[in-house]
Order: sequence, then C-alpha cells, then structure tokens
Amino acid sequence: MVTFVLPRLISFEGAARRSASVVERNAATLRSAYWLVMASGFLEPILYLLSIGVGVGSLVGDLTLADGRVVSYAAFVAPAMLASSAMTGALSETTFNFFGKMKFMKLYDGMLATPVRPIEIALGELAWAMIRGNLYAAAFLIIMVAMDLTTPLRALAAWTATILVGLAFGAAGMALSTYMRSWQDFDLVASAQFALFLFSGTFVPATAYPAALRWLVEATPLYRAVDLVRAITTGGLGWTQLIDIAYLLTVVAIGLSVAGRRIEKLLCK
Amino acid sequence: MTWYVLEYHLVSYRRVWRASLLSSFVLPLLTMLGFGVGVGAYVTGGVGGVPYLDWMVPGLLASTAMQIAIGDSSWPVLGGFEWQRTYFGQAAAPLRVADILGGNLLFVVFRTLTGSAAFLLTALAFGTLHSWWALAALPIAALVGLSVAAPTFAYAATIRSDSYLAILFRLGVIPMSLFSGVFFPVESLPPPARWLAYASPLWHGADLTRSATLGTAPSWSAPGHLLYLTLWAATGWYLAHRQFTRRLVV
Amino acid sequence: MSLIHARGLVKRFGDFTAVDGIDVDVARGEAFGFLGPNGAGKSSTMRMIGCVSPPTGGVLRILDRDPRREGPAIRARLGVCPQLDNLDLELTVRENLTTYARFFGLPRKVARRRADELLDFVQLTERADSRVEPLSGGMKRRLTIARALVNEPEIVLLDEPTTGLDPQARHLVWERLFRLKQQGVTLVLTTHYMDEAEQLCDRLVVMDGGRIVAEGSPRALIERHSTREVVELRFEAESQEAFAGKLAGVGERLEILPDRILLYVADGDAAVAEVQARALPPASVLVRRSSLEDVFLHLTGRTLVD
Repeated sequence: MVTFVLPRLISFEGAARRSASVVERNAATLRSAYWLVMASGFLEPILYLLSIGVGVGSLVGDLTLADGRVVSYAAFVAPAMLASSAMTGALSETTFNFFGKMKFMKLYDGMLATPVRPIEIALGELAWAMIRGNLYAAAFLIIMVAMDLTTPLRALAAWTATILVGLAFGAAGMALSTYMRSWQDFDLVASAQFALFLFSGTFVPATAYPAALRWLVEATPLYRAVDLVRAITTGGLGWTQLIDIAYLLTVVAIGLSVAGRRIEKLLCK
Repeated sequence: MTWYVLEYHLVSYRRVWRASLLSSFVLPLLTMLGFGVGVGAYVTGGVGGVPYLDWMVPGLLASTAMQIAIGDSSWPVLGGFEWQRTYFGQAAAPLRVADILGGNLLFVVFRTLTGSAAFLLTALAFGTLHSWWALAALPIAALVGLSVAAPTFAYAATIRSDSYLAILFRLGVIPMSLFSGVFFPVESLPPPARWLAYASPLWHGADLTRSATLGTAPSWSAPGHLLYLTLWAATGWYLAHRQFTRRLVV
Repeated sequence: MSLIHARGLVKRFGDFTAVDGIDVDVARGEAFGFLGPNGAGKSSTMRMIGCVSPPTGGVLRILDRDPRREGPAIRARLGVCPQLDNLDLELTVRENLTTYARFFGLPRKVARRRADELLDFVQLTERADSRVEPLSGGMKRRLTIARALVNEPEIVLLDEPTTGLDPQARHLVWERLFRLKQQGVTLVLTTHYMDEAEQLCDRLVVMDGGRIVAEGSPRALIERHSTREVVELRFEAESQEAFAGKLAGVGERLEILPDRILLYVADGDAAVAEVQARALPPASVLVRRSSLEDVFLHLTGRTLVD
C-alpha cells in the first residue's frame, strides 16, 4: 500500500531517510509525562470495550448481523472500537499536534532550513502517527483474542486493516489541519469525530437507522473502516470489503497529495 | 469580593459561549440519540422495568454535569497559573485567595447548571422524565459539579504541564463516565470494580439524578449520597485553597 | 565564482513587492550584510537565499545551483539562523542539535560528536541536558547559531543575530561569529545595528523599499554618503530652527532635529570654532566620528517604518 502511493509523490533518493529523521525527532520527545499520556492511550478503547461491549452487552444480548450470522454484542462492538481508536490516534497526532508544531512551535520552519522537504515532513509525521496507532491496535487485538472475541489469525489480518484505517485518517487529518485557522476550529473537528464515533455503525448496525441516515452513514470513512475491520474479526469477509478498501485507499491518496501541496504553500512562502 | 471574580469569568465567557455550546450541549445530545435511542432499541427488556433510554438519560445528565465541571476546572485553571496567568493578576488586586477560588468555582457551578438545564429540557422533550422530582436534578447537578470541580482545581493548580491533564482524563474522567452506572447498572460489575464505582462521585450523582427523574427511591440512602458528594467538595476546597495559597501568596 | 549570485531578484506576495529587483554577489569567505529598516525586504531576501521561498522573478544561484530545483542539495550546505528562535522546546539543548543533525543525514555518532563540539563553541556545555525553555535569550540565540552550524555549512545565514540581546550576550555572539569568519565560513547577515555591521561585515548593501540604495564596505559607505565627522549642537530654545539659518555655510550638510542640530563636516573642531565665532553659544556641543548610522539614516530617512 505504502509503496503504491509514495513513488508518485516523491522522486528523490534520501526522502525516506529524511522522513525517518522526522520520526526520530518525535521519538526523542518521549519522556516523563508525555510518555505516560501515550502509554495510557491504549487503555481508552479497552475501557470502552469493557463498558459498552461487556457491560451494556449484558443488557443487549446477541446481535444478528445483516448476513444472518449471530454474534455477541461485545464481538460486535470490539472491531468498531478498534477502528475508531485507529481513527482517534491518527487524528490526534495529525490534527492537534501537527497544527501546534506548525503554527505555534514553528518546528517545521526549522526543519525546512535543512534538506528535509515539506512532503517528507508530512510523511514523517504520518509514519509516527502510524507507529503509535498500530501499537495501540496490536495491544487491543491481543485483548480481543484473550476475550475470545476473535481468532489470532483474524486479529493479524485486522491489524493490517487498521494500518490502512490509520493512514486514511492520518492523511485526511493532516490535509484538514492545513486549512485550520485557530484552535477553535479543532472543537469542530473533535465534535465531528465524536459524531462519527457514535453513528458509524459502531454501537448498532447501520440497518437500524432510517434509510436516509443510513446512506449518509455508509458514506462516512469511519463506517467503511468499521465495516472492514468488523468483517475481518467476525469472519464475514465479502465483496463489500473491496469497496471499503478502495474507499480508504482513495482517502489516503487524496489526503497525502493535498497535505503535501498545502504544507509547501503554507511554509515556503 | 467573590462576586467580582464571578463577574470577571462571566464577562470573559460572553465571548466564547458559542463554542462551549458544542461540547456542553450538542455532544451529550448526540450521545443520547446515538446511544440511548440507538442501543436502547436493542435492550428489549429495559432496565428494572424502565425503558433503556429513560434509564440512561439521568445517568448521562449527571455525567454531563461532571464533564462540564471538570472541563472548566482543568485547562482554565492550569492556564490561569501557567499560560494567561490571570490568577496572579487577580492576586495583585485586593482579593483573598478564597475570593479568587470561590468566584471561579461559582462560575463552574453556573456552567454546570446551564448545561444541565439545557439537557434536562431535551430529556423532557424525549419524554424520559417520569416525575416532577426531575427538577431536583438541577441542584444535584450543581453538587456533582462542585464535588469534582474542587478537587480538579487542586490538581490543576499543582501540575505544571497539560500532559498531566490528559492523564487525568484518561485514567480518571473517562473510566468514571464509563463505569459509574451511566450506561449499565454497576451491579453487573465484578466486585472489586463495583467497589471502585461506588467510590466515584459520579455513581452517587447518577443514582440520585435517576431517582429524581424516574420518581423512584435511590438504590442507596439519599442523605448518604448528598453527604458523600459534599465530602468530596469540602475536601477538594480545602486542598485547592491550600494549593492556591501556595502559588499566589509567596 | 560567487557563492551567491542574484540578478534582478524579485519577490512578490500578491500585490506587495517585498524585493524589487536586486543584484547581489557574495564571494567565498566574505562576511556580507543586508542593512535596512523593518520592511526593507531583508528577511524575504534571506528566505530566498535559504531556499525556502521561491523567487518570483530574476536570477538566483546559490553554490552554483538553482534553488528552485535543487533546494535540498543547496540547503544541505547552508546553515540558517532565523530572526526568531524556532528551537524545539520539547527537547533538551543537546537533543536540539543531535536531532537537527539527523535532518541532514549525519550518522548518530557524528551528530553526537558535532553537538558536543558546538556546545563547547557556544559555551553551553553545562546546559547540555537542560530543557530549552528556561534558557536566557542570549543562550537560546547561541543555541540557534550552534544548530545552524551542525552540518558544517559553507554559508551561514543569520537574520538579525543579536536583536533583543543584552550587551554581554551580543559581544559573545559577535566574537563567535568572528571566529567562524576566520575559519573561512561565508557569513551573510541582516541587521539594523550599525555597530554590528561595522564590526562584522566586509561588505554590505543598504536596502530600502525592496531595493538596494547603497553598496560597499562600511568605511567606503561612510566616506561616500557622510562626512568624516559630525557636530551635534543643542541650543537653549523652544525651536532649533531659529538658529539653523545662522549656521549656513558651516560644513557640507546640516540636519535639524527636534532637540538638536547635526552638522556634517570634515573637521569638527574647526566647525565648532566657526559656530562660536558667529556668536552663537550652544548649550551643548558634541564632536564625533561619522558612523554607519549616519549613512543609514541619510539613505533611508528618519521616519518610523512601522
């Protein structure tokens, strides 16, 4: 996937090395309090899984999926938590943090005085978000296997899917950040993110919604992500998932090219 | 004197209130719709003879009160010491620490009350209120707000970096809102987790609010609930006052 | 061959022309200065030379390469010290240097060695493991300069290197920059401190409104655009202008300020004698050597720009 998009955007030897140096910079900041913030990040989806999946699940019982398979509510919710935490992880790094580094810390002004190019900064930040997000995803999948909500093999497949999900949201988030004017705009991002979290077929199947709402929901990126991950962990892969993958790949490609161009425009005036 | 401080906060709030509408009203409303209505449809038996939506709305109300109160006493307080440094400006005026702290807390209570009132109206529109006692949900929300805001003031006045606030939310606020009888009864938690839930101020607030909106008896003694929440508020006040004094009176 | 070669260089932002067709050549080993009031186009020029701002028009070649197409390759050989410190506040002093070195692709071991050498060079070794935030303005500036040197650049660009520093800190920075120059590093700096320009620059241009209005060594500029000495006279009166008429013919040029009169003359003492001979006793007299500041104010005017 990565090798499929990148060559068109970059044609310069050393680009990967320079993107990696941006990742290294982020790794160097991992210390004391911030480290604990990052480490505690993986707790969040697990808490949701226990509260909603198990707690509320005991009130809901089993769910019948669209294709007729019956799964426990926890098995239904868990992949959605995984997909949305991949979204949250990628977005927090590429929107809030990215904007702060760009506008307030002026971090990228310093980097651009070196051979590092704008697109390499974007890729480096995205790679960093991916590393962080995928560690969380791996931890969550281990818990899912331990709780017997999926099989180890499916978990492995789901893990690769979360990479795609994270990349899509990361690229989109970064592109979005370049249009932000102030921190207030991020309240809107956070609210939109929360609305996606609630209504993307996360807690109830999209079929439960009225037809109009359902179409809207099915067009959102998180719904596609949840659909993909859920199909993998519950063992119901079908042709629909090809749509999910194509959708997410498109988001990655558009997000990255917009972000690369916009960062160049913002920083290289 | 305390009133002047409250007035200051109200005046600054006039410029940003629209933004706060989103987090203190729209988001809880979305939760009610997406979760209460959506998931509620799948909870066939209801909870204790009450439809799931009606059962979870009071919990969500208490939880919203808690979130607003903590939200307004975390970043703003840290910022008042570390970024905008407004507290130092106030301390240079003839105000006592108790005025600075009290005025600010009153503002948090104001925010909690207005947010809860808006939510209560929505709950009414959805037909989830079963009794006139529901009005009591407002003073309860104010008390819940105080019980978490005062300790949060103490905490936010102690730390120096906002990373510690992220930790407070990750390890305190989020677990509390998920496991304190808002979304499902705490009785279904395994014993050690259940005791933790009982210890959280939110469980007491949620249980009280639920008995108010449903017009039923709380699952634990009502004076006990009130006393427990007051204890949190009082301890919080004591700690916050000590910490504010340390930072402001040098 | 000149390291920096510009002909008719132009930078526009929308309708605003920041740099309006300048010609510049900087030779290897030279210390070259851009002087000018705020808004003269110095920083825009520096950003174009730093290959982070594409020129709108004209020719620009750096190290005999095209900055539009070979930006990364050029930047690999430049060191940049921007006007405002943009140090990484989340890292320690030493980490600021080592991570920055990695952006240039220096191996970790080399990066670490360079960092230690540079910390020694800018006298920050004791603060190596401290965070950046508590450092004083002068320390931050030195760290930014050290960071600009991490890739052993052939050209160092310094945008107002000592603005906002106290006298001790300024002198320390000057002394370090002078040592760099002695080592053969080409320095390009902007400043509006005249003493800084006189101290550091072999050659400089004065910019105003996006154009170059004068060029030469500090000495040559003073000779060309000012007199050898300046006499400052202050009279006991509401207005100095009443006296100005009576001073006609003394010196080459006369300038009236609200609180004093400046006489630009070849021989200050002779001029003072002449003033006294005309029975015009001033309240105070100061005879001083003409400085770059006189040239600067003469060329760019006394009106505040912002």
